[in-house]
Amino acid sequence: MSLRGAAYIVGAWEHPTRKAPDKSIAQLHAECAKGALADAGLTKDDVDGYFCAGDAPGGLGPLSMVDYMNLKCRHVDSTDVGGSSYQVAVGHAMEAIAAGRCNVALITLAGRPRSEGQATGTAPRPGNPAAPEMQFEFPYGPATANLYGMCAQRHMYEYGTTSEQLAWIKVAASHHAQHNPHAMLRDVVTVEDVVNSPMVSSPLHRLDCCVISDGGGALVLTKPEIARSLNRPRVKVIGVGESPKHQMGGDVDLTYTAARWSGPPAWEMAGIKPSDIKYASIYDSFTITVLMQLEDLGFCAKGEGGKFVADGNLIAGVGKLPFNTDGGGLCSNHPANRGGITKIIEAVRQLRGEAHPALQVANCDLAIAHGTGGALGTRHCGSTVILERE
Amino acid sequence: MAYVARKVGFVGTPETNPETKPFFDGAKAGKLMLRRCTSCKKAHHYPRALCPFCFGDCEWEEASGKATIYTFSVMERANPPYAIGYVKLAEGPSVLTNFVDCDFKSLSIGQAVKVTFVPTETEGVTMPFFTPA
Repeated sequence: MSLRGAAYIVGAWEHPTRKAPDKSIAQLHAECAKGALADAGLTKDDVDGYFCAGDAPGGLGPLSMVDYMNLKCRHVDSTDVGGSSYQVAVGHAMEAIAAGRCNVALITLAGRPRSEGQATGTAPRPGNPAAPEMQFEFPYGPATANLYGMCAQRHMYEYGTTSEQLAWIKVAASHHAQHNPHAMLRDVVTVEDVVNSPMVSSPLHRLDCCVISDGGGALVLTKPEIARSLNRPRVKVIGVGESPKHQMGGDVDLTYTAARWSGPPAWEMAGIKPSDIKYASIYDSFTITVLMQLEDLGFCAKGEGGKFVADGNLIAGVGKLPFNTDGGGLCSNHPANRGGITKIIEAVRQLRGEAHPALQVANCDLAIAHGTGGALGTRHCGSTVILERE
Repeated sequence: MAYVARKVGFVGTPETNPETKPFFDGAKAGKLMLRRCTSCKKAHHYPRALCPFCFGDCEWEEASGKATIYTFSVMERANPPYAIGYVKLAEGPSVLTNFVDCDFKSLSIGQAVKVTFVPTETEGVTMPFFTPA
């Protein structure tokens, strides 16, 4: 039985903060939950399913946040696959709703790496030595930016991709961010600005990287009967897919992402193809992340991503595939170092017709929100959500 | 951009995971140790007790230390900068590593490299690094 349309996103809310030194992480989660429930026209008491990931404070999955928000749940899920967790949560919430395990599912993300002074992408963070890979990776300084830099270097070698082509992705994001009053980087930049910015980890420059921000977001999903009773535009979940990719025992191949595997089941469930998509939210931890995911989701052939993103093709009103019209992680925010939920929230805005008027895609009836969590250079999860305006 | 030695971190000790202790015993003696499956005969990395291709039992062997660069990235933001990369061993598996004793600007994909050993900040723990052959 296909789950196509078994759940609707009825609430979506993004925290406006980008720096929150005076708030706790739990508070940010709860503020996001309150915002998304108000957006849906539902209350805290309606929630019977709660979904979170590793950014939720407390050591036992959802327990601390369920306690803090005083929720009475009959279904919880804390699958943690980094920044892609929230696309995964949409899929799991849809499954739970279809199975009758909950009627109203709440998903939250929040964090404050900026206030905590994290050097998110440039300083390796030691982890649990019992993680089987840890002692074979940490000594070599894996620091996020260089794990994505290795992918970009190989992509350039295999396909002739250039730094200028990657830069177009940041240029497009900056054209969108100028309209977002909450975005951290609102200045429109040029290809020259990007390639002349300081090298962080070759071949990725400072402007190839996303911002480090505090903040968060939340989503509310429910079953069709409840969605129809609410006074909001209806955004139907029509396709989901998730898949991890890793080092495959040593058969390392950094030329593609897990989107190659998470995309096909989502397209199949949705019954549509990439050319049907009017708006795309694509995870943008780095410019190379966007380029590779676009290829792997089928928006262009493998190796053609550089040509596809160049010359403004991702700019709303200019190119063929408007992407990340909130400015994305590259310019607006990357709360908790996890950009998955903001991707879904902007897709919901576009489908509802609530994006910034300068960037609203006309007749936006089909959108994709794809997430990547972890690191493309070692192991990560890809998760794909396809949404339809009903 | 010349290589400058940096402090090499390590977490835990070789005893943390008894499964992989022979790798660190080998590295301390200047040997790059590799696991190979007794069933499907394929070598893998990082080392595991059970083969990640068929769950067969594996044995340790000493690798040749010969490899080619699969990819790399120079972390210029760090002080001193360092070059991370994957090398593809002559025996097959690709291995995460750093490149040392070289000009980072001269690194290229496909370049031949050989293993060398660098001590970490943890007493008695040495790791395999690679340098141009």
